Amino acid sequence: MKLNMHKKRKTTILVSVVAAMILGGATVWASDHGDAPAISGKTTDLTDLYVFQSPENNNNLVFVGNVQGLLSPEASKTAAFDEKTLLEFKIDTDNDNKENLVIQCVPKNGKMYVYGPVQPATVGTASSTINSEASAIVDITPYASSTPIVTTTSKGIKIFAGPRDDPFFFDLPQYLKVVSNQATSFNNPGTDALAGTNVLSVVVELPKSLLGNGSSINVWLETKQKS
Amino acid sequence: MKNILYPVFFTLAVGISACHKDKKTSPTDPNKGNTYTIQGDQVGRPGLNVVFISSTDHDIFNQTEPSQMAAIFGTQIKNKLLSLNPDFTTNKIGLTADQFAGALSTDVLNVSLTGPTTYYDGTHVLTGRNLTDDVIDDSFTLIFGGPNGTDKPGLTSDHVDHNDKEFSNTFPYEATPW
Repeated sequence: MKLNMHKKRKTTILVSVVAAMILGGATVWASDHGDAPAISGKTTDLTDLYVFQSPENNNNLVFVGNVQGLLSPEASKTAAFDEKTLLEFKIDTDNDNKENLVIQCVPKNGKMYVYGPVQPATVGTASSTINSEASAIVDITPYASSTPIVTTTSKGIKIFAGPRDDPFFFDLPQYLKVVSNQATSFNNPGTDALAGTNVLSVVVELPKSLLGNGSSINVWLETKQKS
Repeated sequence: MKNILYPVFFTLAVGISACHKDKKTSPTDPNKGNTYTIQGDQVGRPGLNVVFISSTDHDIFNQTEPSQMAAIFGTQIKNKLLSLNPDFTTNKIGLTADQFAGALSTDVLNVSLTGPTTYYDGTHVLTGRNLTDDVIDDSFTLIFGGPNGTDKPGLTSDHVDHNDKEFSNTFPYEATPW
């Protein structure tokens, strides 16, 4: 276990160094990858949020929350969700940009526990509490698994957790050249800086009817840790 | 108008916190009663924090609740917009610098519950975010492209238009890892 963690850390550092070299020493970030000093390279580092109507069912909405970006295939073999880190989708249903509902995701002993959508115990960034029984539980899909492990509940909530290809794409190095006046335009074709890298992903699909009666919602994604 | 928000970027957060003992109130659920007090990261739209917020404020941005962001970061975001594109007048969705900065400064993802979801498809603006959406081109078109989206063509697309792996039409939709 110790060995694995060590190996992962070394691989992650290697990737970071290579990325830093590619970027000419700039901070490594992309979409929200490594966006701030306090979370860069940590289990709390979010990469992206996606929320979309289900391609399989127009009555469902899909929430995707990704963490721990820029994982090499080697690092992905041992990458793991952190049991001390809460991944929380915050949902504003009345357009005041304050959460009315949350979907909370916490890993424990190889499984991902998903809570909600449920009214939060407290609103804001100060603290989040798990205040309900899990809505769905799924085994975290191992890196080597060729098929994703999925749980579907009687209420129509479907969940997945595990490593996936990073779905974000961007010619980040050329952007950095443009904004630092080392280039005047993007290249054509550009180069996807996220190609070949993975993230740890949580995907939750659920009936829109669980999200209130409005015509739209506002969503943001947070991570928090236990002290 | 409020719902015509736009593209690009987002956020996170960091810490602060006190010590709370876990209160396990359920014998069957291993996490029920857990309290998490150290704010980590936060994101609504892709790239907002890293593109529009000063690097010295990235951690603070991640700790700021969306409802308070406009008051704290609105001016900074407008200044950054005009720094990136000193020629900004209006953009393809008709927003002035003040309006665009105002829309960007609350970092939440607006999502429709009644129709198609897309970051921007030429008709619908920010009704969600699909895996396939080219949010970089969408965002840079609104930042650099002027009233018709056709100005500064060298800056409105990074010419990376799709992911490096195909997405699936079935749950969980994302591609298998490399």
